[in-house]
Amino acid sequence: MAQPKVIVVGGGLAGLMATIKIAETGTPVELFSVVPVRRSHSVCAQGGINASVNTKGEGDSPAQHFYETVLGGDFLANQELPKRMCEAAPSIIYMFDRMGVPFSRTPEGNIDFRRFGGTLFHRTAFAGSTTGQQLLYALDEQVRRYEAEGLVKKYEGWEFLSGVMDDDKTCRGITAINLVTMETRVFPADAVIIATGGCGSVFGRSTNSMICTGSAASSLYQQGAVYANGEFIQIHPTSIPADDKFRLMSEACRGEGGRVWVPRDGKPWYFLEEMYPKYGNLVPRDVASRAIHKVVHDMGLGVDGEPVVYLDLSQLDSKKVTQKLGGIVEIYEKFVGDDPRKVPMRIFPGMHYSMGGMWIDDNHMTNIPGLFAAGEVDYQYHGANRLGANSLLSCVFGGMVSGPEAVKYAKGLSRHTTDMPQEIYDRELKRQKEYNSRVLKMDGKENAHVLHKELGDIMTKNVTIERHNDRLKETDTKILELMERWNNIGVEDESSWANGELVFVREFYNMLQLARVIVVGALARDESRGAHYKPAFPDRNDKDWLKTTKATYTANGPKLDYEPVNIKYHEPKLRNYA
Amino acid sequence: MSKVIRLKVKRRDNPNQAPFWEEFEIPYRPRMNVISVLMEIQRNPKNAKGETVRPVHWESSCLEEVCGSCTMVINGKARQACSALIDHLEQPVTVEPMSKFPIIRDLQVDRSAMFNTLKKVKAWIPLDGSHNLGPGPKMSPELANERYEFSKCMTCGCCCEACPQFKLDGPFMGAFSFGQVHYFNEHPTGKMQEDQRLDAVMDIGGLVDCGNAQNCVAACPKGIPLANAIAELGWDTTKRAFKKLFDE
Repeated sequence: MAQPKVIVVGGGLAGLMATIKIAETGTPVELFSVVPVRRSHSVCAQGGINASVNTKGEGDSPAQHFYETVLGGDFLANQELPKRMCEAAPSIIYMFDRMGVPFSRTPEGNIDFRRFGGTLFHRTAFAGSTTGQQLLYALDEQVRRYEAEGLVKKYEGWEFLSGVMDDDKTCRGITAINLVTMETRVFPADAVIIATGGCGSVFGRSTNSMICTGSAASSLYQQGAVYANGEFIQIHPTSIPADDKFRLMSEACRGEGGRVWVPRDGKPWYFLEEMYPKYGNLVPRDVASRAIHKVVHDMGLGVDGEPVVYLDLSQLDSKKVTQKLGGIVEIYEKFVGDDPRKVPMRIFPGMHYSMGGMWIDDNHMTNIPGLFAAGEVDYQYHGANRLGANSLLSCVFGGMVSGPEAVKYAKGLSRHTTDMPQEIYDRELKRQKEYNSRVLKMDGKENAHVLHKELGDIMTKNVTIERHNDRLKETDTKILELMERWNNIGVEDESSWANGELVFVREFYNMLQLARVIVVGALARDESRGAHYKPAFPDRNDKDWLKTTKATYTANGPKLDYEPVNIKYHEPKLRNYA
Repeated sequence: MSKVIRLKVKRRDNPNQAPFWEEFEIPYRPRMNVISVLMEIQRNPKNAKGETVRPVHWESSCLEEVCGSCTMVINGKARQACSALIDHLEQPVTVEPMSKFPIIRDLQVDRSAMFNTLKKVKAWIPLDGSHNLGPGPKMSPELANERYEFSKCMTCGCCCEACPQFKLDGPFMGAFSFGQVHYFNEHPTGKMQEDQRLDAVMDIGGLVDCGNAQNCVAACPKGIPLANAIAELGWDTTKRAFKKLFDE
């Protein structure tokens, strides 16, 4: 049998890990990324990566990590993959250690661990406060080695456009566009792994990178891939709002002793510590964001009357702050101009992470045979709310599972991509080229970037911390209006060289489709669970809603189905961090 | 009259076109950075003369000064556009692409030469495999902290842009690569391949071409102690040269 051909789309932690695992089997990989992979969004992760190594002798264990992950996710996560992930976590840390990641160390020379939200254990390994950057680089370096050996071929600066589906609705490759030459090409493959990350752009401004458009996932959803739990969007409690984005202030700030407060009656009110005495500032993110929302919007206690609360490191030892949080302190200094070692930081919650994503089975395959997904773009692991420092872990673990599974699948095929009629490739390529020509000819009155801002504004206003059915309906109507207006966009750039406008107009259409999945899913779910909070339905309702949302594309909008959650290890319990 | 931000962008649609300057006037808002000004131009692509123009093309991703994408020359200095705050810049703000890398369009350049150099210097630790083989070597907090400084290199190209030796299409590798060699040679496992990396920086375009101007140190947005790496590598390569001489 000829070598199977595997494509990985996305060069963050999940995509790179999958690539390494595939290359280790001797199978060649074609790796696609919109940016040089070393610039992928994983680079932004700050605080750390969870693993119950129990370095501090606190009695921590992978079983405990697993339980807290499931509890943190408000029991919406299927339990099989998170269990395996938590069991694999210590060996994942060790792998990165062997790759040379400069983890912070204990005096004995062991890897140091700090606290993060949703646990009372020191479980988070870290490299200063740029952990994602160091982990990404470590995998990038290993992939570069395979690239030098010829096993990996990188297509950096290529953007995924669509999957190639054969007549049996099996994935047989992809189409992609070169972002400089604008060449659109078809790439046959026996298996495709989508590792394209999150969808922050759907909310306009978020803590995500500009490249996190959700476009690839949305495009595949429109081709029949099921999108699951889209309504579960994590709002990070501590970010710095700005014109261009929300800049993350890591949970590590609170893990190292940072306190959240607002002035009340002339004195600091440490409201998280008062509301949640056991976990204090380290309650999970959904809980912290809701508390901030309440203090600012319901009680009117925002700093100087603005939607701002303080995150305070100024009472901590400034040398320790520099050493353990230097990278983020620097971000605050550079972007705001104040020194967090001296004055409290002014922060507010911002859209951060999508728990939902492409539906996958326990082998990371989507409902489309041959199409796999891993990383933030898949929906497994985090349920209704993700614990801090579990994202790097789930990305790496997802890559470790999906890579070998894709190879296994490809090797087991009775008909390979080489046996497929050329027609299936030609027709998809033609479809994409026609789409590009259509966009280039758009000469309407609307500006795509202005429409994008309108989408982001209404999504941020109505589909983040608090959700009300009337406002969700209003949002869906607005998205439909934006879809209409999309047809009337004028593309100011007709050139066939590095035409970012063409690409953006296509991405934006995909954002609109994905926005509907998020909104329609949220509208239907009349309960509160994890990050999804409806004041009109304030409690979790396991009887009716302990189930996974599955959105399928139809011309009339998302069709929702539900499937039961696998709760074979832990029965749902009340989630209480007080 | 309301306050405006004056921005001059050095533009060209493709590498074959001669560059030209285009001026923009953007309504001022507090705490804007160069990126948010460029975004404003996307939403209203008109130059200072009021003519509709093609939106400015640039490269960006994280906007937190950690991915390296949005590096450009702002008021004469190579830096990241995301952390270039308008309130701290003299106007008109001039923005141009880096000059030491092949131009793609407007503010975007092609930095693939940097990644190829990382290949050449074998900037990795050759793992036996990603399967579980237990933890890596123990390491003192001091060494971990020292290596951490070098691990923050985001291949942005500022050190190359500032370096008198680094030229478009020239052979010089650039200071960042010496930092990376030092980073891997300092690691107990990485040290096992020290000679291979030293040989790479002793090749054409390597360490001997460094004029010791030390512009790189001043230019690095992450404050990476590149001069230390260059000094230590100077010593290591000398030892290596002697060893090779006597071995042959």
